Amino acid sequence: MSLLQIENLSLTIHGALILKQVNLTIDPGQIVAVTGESGSGKSMTALAVMQLPPNGAEMDGTIRLGGQDLLTRSEVEMCALRGASIGMVFQEPMTALNPVKTIGDQVMETILIHKAMTLTPARARAEEVLTRVGLPSDRFPLSRYPHELSGGQRQRVVIAMAIALRPKLLIADEPTTALDVTTQAQILDLLKGLVREYDMGLLMITHDLAVVADMADQITVMRQGEVVESGPTRHLLHNMQHPYTRMLFEASGHQVTLPEPAQSHPLLEVNQVVRDYRLPRKGLLDAPRHHRAVDGVSFTLNRGERLGLVGESGCGKSTLTKAILGLEEVQSGQILLDGQPVFTGHKPNLAVRKKMQVVFQDPYGSFNPRHRVARLITEPFHLLETPPTGSERQDRIAEMLVAVGLGPDDAGKYIHEFSGGQRQRIAIARALIIRPELILFDEAVSALDVSVRAQILDLLAELCEAYDLTYLFISHDLSVVHTITDRVLVMQSGRIVEQGETDQVFTTPKHPYTQTLIAAAPRLPELGKVPA
Amino acid sequence: MLRYALKRLISLLVSLSVASVVIFAVIEVAPGDPASFMLGVNAQEDTLAALRSELGLDGSKMQRYFNWVGGMLVGDFGTSYTYRTPVSQMIADRMWVSLPLALYALMLSTLIAFPAGIYAAARRGKPGDLAVMGATQLGIAVPNFWFAMMLVLIFAINLRWFNAGGFVGWGEGVLPGLHSLTLPAVALALPQAAILARVMRSALLDILSEDFMRTARAKGLSRRQALWRHGVRNALIPVLTIIGLQFSFLLAGSIIIEQVFYLPGLGRLVFQAISARDLIVVESVVMLLVFAVITVNFLVDLAYAAVDPRLRSRS
Repeated sequence: MSLLQIENLSLTIHGALILKQVNLTIDPGQIVAVTGESGSGKSMTALAVMQLPPNGAEMDGTIRLGGQDLLTRSEVEMCALRGASIGMVFQEPMTALNPVKTIGDQVMETILIHKAMTLTPARARAEEVLTRVGLPSDRFPLSRYPHELSGGQRQRVVIAMAIALRPKLLIADEPTTALDVTTQAQILDLLKGLVREYDMGLLMITHDLAVVADMADQITVMRQGEVVESGPTRHLLHNMQHPYTRMLFEASGHQVTLPEPAQSHPLLEVNQVVRDYRLPRKGLLDAPRHHRAVDGVSFTLNRGERLGLVGESGCGKSTLTKAILGLEEVQSGQILLDGQPVFTGHKPNLAVRKKMQVVFQDPYGSFNPRHRVARLITEPFHLLETPPTGSERQDRIAEMLVAVGLGPDDAGKYIHEFSGGQRQRIAIARALIIRPELILFDEAVSALDVSVRAQILDLLAELCEAYDLTYLFISHDLSVVHTITDRVLVMQSGRIVEQGETDQVFTTPKHPYTQTLIAAAPRLPELGKVPA
Repeated sequence: MLRYALKRLISLLVSLSVASVVIFAVIEVAPGDPASFMLGVNAQEDTLAALRSELGLDGSKMQRYFNWVGGMLVGDFGTSYTYRTPVSQMIADRMWVSLPLALYALMLSTLIAFPAGIYAAARRGKPGDLAVMGATQLGIAVPNFWFAMMLVLIFAINLRWFNAGGFVGWGEGVLPGLHSLTLPAVALALPQAAILARVMRSALLDILSEDFMRTARAKGLSRRQALWRHGVRNALIPVLTIIGLQFSFLLAGSIIIEQVFYLPGLGRLVFQAISARDLIVVESVVMLLVFAVITVNFLVDLAYAAVDPRLRSRS
């Protein structure tokens, strides 16, 4: 008998159909991955199993756990099952733990709430599971608070809470999406090990097909609330039946062809740049301490070149970006754009500033919702001495919107009328409108679905052709950097540890850190080349 | 934690020193000479000079500032110009009414607001929530002296459970004292409770949508258990801020209520001193209130740290 059996599950929220006739089974010891783009209903499926859907949800069909139908259980019965028979791990380790309670209390709570043990054995069990997930109590005592741990360590605590009572079924909703690649690899290994050891079923929700291919025994692909295809991993990768599945995999490994970089004339020169942040003093009379976020970084970006910058969170990528944009002053070293310093005296140099624009990660938060698109994309005009007015202004707006694949009519709309991908196109239009010499893309495609990401990458390649773009592309996603840049810098703890032609660095990495990064990144199997 | 407390304490002392300079300067530049006010317009110049010297108004500004601050540190607030009694004695008498009244009102307001706020948040959008929200809307909109008059009408005049006004003094014992402060405390507490309940509700609603609340539910906690174990303590941080502000307000801002119930409190003292240009009394009471406000803020800062471990380690 299957451990979890979902049959014809439909779910509506305030009448809107969110899940349509979903079928899914998980056996003990099996890893089933549910994948799809945002809005596909994969997380809602997980919440339906937990019986924790949003307010106003109504469900139809059956969800059987070990033969018992969960949809007919009362809330009290479900409380007894949650945490004991079904554990769940969430996406955001930074916010999934209560900040005012110790990790020991939070892990013990799972045990105590189900009255599985008394206090002393519960404490021993909490220590045991925390040790099992890689947080031994000599280094990570139960009295630690969440803010004293890193993102990966917090995710381990969340996993410890979920497995403290050895549930039969573990649900993990994007458990590694917020983590760095090396941490991701460790957490995925941990989950795989736990499934084997406890003979649990694992329902893994993820948008990352490389993770799916690497990890799952079974794959279920969802789109707009429906299962479009499912099957054993190898079989499904070998012969995908549904065009959507094929499209997803193709988009995930999407490659673009960039035009040859034109000249080799330096545009951006970064020389021995150091950026220190002040830390609070240890004692009242002690000298203030410093954290060196960027440590003697030097590189040159030539005109017409596409340069990548990769590294894990906290490596100094964002600090370096801010320094290049002239948003923060550096402590030593120099940053020149076209031979001119970005900082003169203690002020940003505006003459240089108007030659640079930036596209940020979050397509939802980086626009003022009360302005129309025309006003949003012409914001950089304030950097110009004589900004275009009247019909010239209208023409520039229309030209840019067409260039990024939207229509001139979109100028009068508000930002909430656009999807995430369209917003990112508008962000690119905003950056391009004053024809900057250099564009910085700060994780510009990281928040997008794979199919949208593929379109934006295509757009960038087209724009490179049309406008001879020079850009610095900052990302943690190695596969994207691989296809969209000519040269790459690898950054670790504030230093550039390796740089070179992108292809060369990715195929024959020299520095041990680059090797670790590339080895840890889950790889998408090439389509059709998977042995059946 | 100790370092955090020490840092807050230093900031408290700095604030107090700055406040004393500002208060002194403001009172100095205020027009009007207390001596000529006391003696009337026909006073002789030498009589005025004698009185100024007696009141300590003839030294240099610097000298008078240090005399004033130095005196306060040893509990000598000077002598009232109008009553010719030590200010410290006058303040002490009034403090015995105002401080218990403020604490009493704050306690009532918290006792009403916490359950109401938590209840409303737990039943968001349901009739219970709407009822609480409606009642708090009313509590904020209606001025407290109206509550005071209604309370007098119902509980003093009709039911005769309480006196309509006056304070029996603590000499009669604690219970009779509290008894005579009950109606004013309730009148003061109701509007404050309405504000506090709304803050508690919205803080809890913010917390309820946090990821860790979902984690708690996934562990098997019921909605109510999650609310109590994980919600309330996190919601306390904004609530503590409001409680600190309310205490400061209750200590000095109860002039109208003191007037309605004929209580000899600090509010009335300041009011009378300002009308009589009794600057030394005004100065001293204002300084004392500043001291109270800053001290309460200090205590609120310490309470933050007790609630939130992130503050303890950051310092």
